[in-house]
Amino acid sequence: MIASIAIGVCGGVLAGLLGVGGGVLFVPGLVIFIGLGQHQAEATSLLAIVPVAIVGTFKQDGYGNVRRGDALLIGLLSIAGVAAGVALANALSGTVLRIAFALLMVFVAIQLVRNTMSRPENADPPQNGISRGNDPTSANSA
Amino acid sequence: MSTDRPLVLKRERSLELAAIGTMAGLFSGLFGVGGGTVIVPLLVLWLGYGPREASGTSLAAIVFIAAFAAAIQGAYGNVHVLDAVLMGVPAVAGVLIGTRLQQRLPTRAISLLFAAVLVASAVELLAQ
Repeated sequence: MIASIAIGVCGGVLAGLLGVGGGVLFVPGLVIFIGLGQHQAEATSLLAIVPVAIVGTFKQDGYGNVRRGDALLIGLLSIAGVAAGVALANALSGTVLRIAFALLMVFVAIQLVRNTMSRPENADPPQNGISRGNDPTSANSA
Repeated sequence: MSTDRPLVLKRERSLELAAIGTMAGLFSGLFGVGGGTVIVPLLVLWLGYGPREASGTSLAAIVFIAAFAAAIQGAYGNVHVLDAVLMGVPAVAGVLIGTRLQQRLPTRAISLLFAAVLVASAVELLAQ
């Protein structure tokens, strides 16, 4: 129980800090520290993402960063893909899914390093919070 | 910033949004993540979004995507609701804290550190 809370807080802080989605932390956290299987970890991560994305959306909408119509279309039209993705995940063995997820994590890590290196101006932003500080999702949201 | 595109492009635009939704949905359902990794770059590449609006719009779409995916995974009996709540609610506070700290911490060093943590976790996953 405490482990779940700790994963949530750590995942959230890092997501807000670096603009990396929570899911990429929730899933391995649930597998490594809680002992869930890969399928259960992914499913549980998805539910945990919802409140984070809702609050993030309200904040971002307040800054005028949400194009609501487009977001609604993407969200609603995702349903077929979602159903197929979940079905595919459940058709794969836990081991295969875990390996695929590990590769995804490496990909996200590479992307993170790349984005970091291509944005040297953000290295030490002590007082420019107005322009940048409120964007928790500069690279890969949730 | 503005979305003043000719009407003839509207249909194509809807198709692009549908394609983005479908791909993000597949990705999210398969990996248990939100899908921002897919949505953000496609909004930038296909629809000319700036990075900030791409992130914000992606987050809003993810509310639906993650909710759909969690519901379907729930039908498979895979969702541990208590763990999700214990993780998701504190994560909201975490994000708000992280967003504030962003202005005060050397995010570049943290990014690199975090990338290392991701790789280490990936290795740990593979070793399980």
